[in-house]
Amino acid sequence: MTTQAEVGSVSAIRLRQLSKTYEGHGRTEDLVALRDVNLDVAPGEVLAVVGASGCGKSTLLRIIAGLERGHIGTAEVGGTPVTGPSPDRGVVFQEHRLLPWLTVEQNVAFAVPHLAPRERRETVAEHVSLVGLRGFERCYPAQLSGGMAQRVAIARALAPRPGVLLLDEPFGALDAFTRMQMQEEVLRIWEAERTTLVLVTHDIDEALFLGDRVVVMTSRPGTVRRIFPVELRRPRDRTSWEFAALRKAIHQEFFQSRAREPEFQI
Amino acid sequence: MVPGFTLVLWEVLARTGVLPANWLPAPTVIAATIGDLAATGELWGHLGATLARVTAGFLLGAAVATVLGILTGASPGLRALLDPLLQALRNIPSMAWIPLFLLWLGIQEASKVTLIAVGAFFPVYLNLLQGILHINPRLVEVGRVYGYRRLGLVRHVLLPATLPAYLVGLRSGLGLAWMFVVAAEIMGASRGLGYVMVDGQTSSRADLILASLILFAVLGKVTESLLVLSGRPFQHGSST
Ligand SMILES: Nc1ncnc2c1ncn2[C@@H]1O[C@H](COP(=O)(O)OP(=O)(O)OP(=O)(O)O)[C@@H](O)[C@H]1O
Ligand SMILES: [Mg+2]
Repeated sequence: MTTQAEVGSVSAIRLRQLSKTYEGHGRTEDLVALRDVNLDVAPGEVLAVVGASGCGKSTLLRIIAGLERGHIGTAEVGGTPVTGPSPDRGVVFQEHRLLPWLTVEQNVAFAVPHLAPRERRETVAEHVSLVGLRGFERCYPAQLSGGMAQRVAIARALAPRPGVLLLDEPFGALDAFTRMQMQEEVLRIWEAERTTLVLVTHDIDEALFLGDRVVVMTSRPGTVRRIFPVELRRPRDRTSWEFAALRKAIHQEFFQSRAREPEFQI
Repeated sequence: MVPGFTLVLWEVLARTGVLPANWLPAPTVIAATIGDLAATGELWGHLGATLARVTAGFLLGAAVATVLGILTGASPGLRALLDPLLQALRNIPSMAWIPLFLLWLGIQEASKVTLIAVGAFFPVYLNLLQGILHINPRLVEVGRVYGYRRLGLVRHVLLPATLPAYLVGLRSGLGLAWMFVVAAEIMGASRGLGYVMVDGQTSSRADLILASLILFAVLGKVTESLLVLSGRPFQHGSST
């Protein structure tokens, strides 16, 4: 199992001195969302990113996705600098973002417009069943539950067979039970496809359950505070002692960082 | 059930003379009037004239509204230039245009069609512009992630996202076109349902007025249903 970007191997994602400032345009102060972020993600690795709200997790993901402009530093995916969005970097947003006027299968087909009709149909069918939604092909997003819609969004992101899948708090809006189901599902898909995954979450358990490494970020400015390798065999037991020990270590990392940041004290 | 009962009651009251027949003739009398108009062939000429005016005015107004709506929706510069002007024009009660149109375009078809077009224009323009301005930027982002650019983005994201609002606009535009054809025909016409109404008024025939009222209602409903039906294939799932 890959736990670190090994020396000499090509990183799937390589971030160097990445900084991003949102300009206030006079109305508000400039906001440093990210400062000097360095990260390497190995091919096939699952990297989990945790951090408090507003610490720049989404900004980080959006830069990798090519949806953000005006950042400093370099972001490379597969050895080439990111200049814009690409179907090779699938994105699953916090909200499902399905197109409401398209059915489930049309939404998945939307992601592969350039395939020949037959191939397109096959790809769509394959990914709809990959996320366990056979029988719902003709449903519209409004007819789906939150979890089902999020699974369609995952199928859509996977359909172009991206080298990298970026997940931004994909299960944040789901109840605890559905969320755990979805985590198992993502793990199953990852085992089948071995896509490089970057998962942003504010759920430490989720990060520990899925991640090969867990990146802890702090806010204002958003920086990588520490990276925890998770060397536990999958499927991971959330009730195991090792799991609990890691969870505790990450919790402590948060509390320490808070104690050192007076602006957060009451 | 209730409308049926009302009709029967109305019929009875009119037949027994409780309702003065020259004010409110019985439903059967009105039906007979429509039948007579149809039998002499007069009806089709009037229906055709009214329908032609509504169609021409509606299409003209909707077409101009569509072009202007797309332009102001797509370009902030054009929006700053044109939208305040159009919003100001909207404040003029549309009937107030009548004298000007009569002066400019004469009493013939042109002034009528223009008046109807003005009526149909605003709801189409306003709804289309709002639809474009309220396109969810998050869905546009999704389009960009999957490689849609320019025309592809317009066709697969922007257009379908705007369509529901546009259809609402077309629907109320058509409703206003019907309202305005009545005004246009009452102000002076030699053919059309509005003319039949004026004719009924000058000859004190309530049955003629009521007959054209009913025909207006039926035609309005039929054309609206046609519009809704033709928009159905494009409307799916939810309204979000
Ligand atoms: N478009 C923007 N314009 C200005 N400021 C922004 C913009 N997007 C994000 N920010 C700011 O940048 C900081 C980081 O935002 P970001 O969305 O990356 O946080 P996050 O870690 O994803 O938070 P959350 O967990 O709540 O989603 C926040 O303080 C936010 O206010
Ligand atoms: Mg976020």
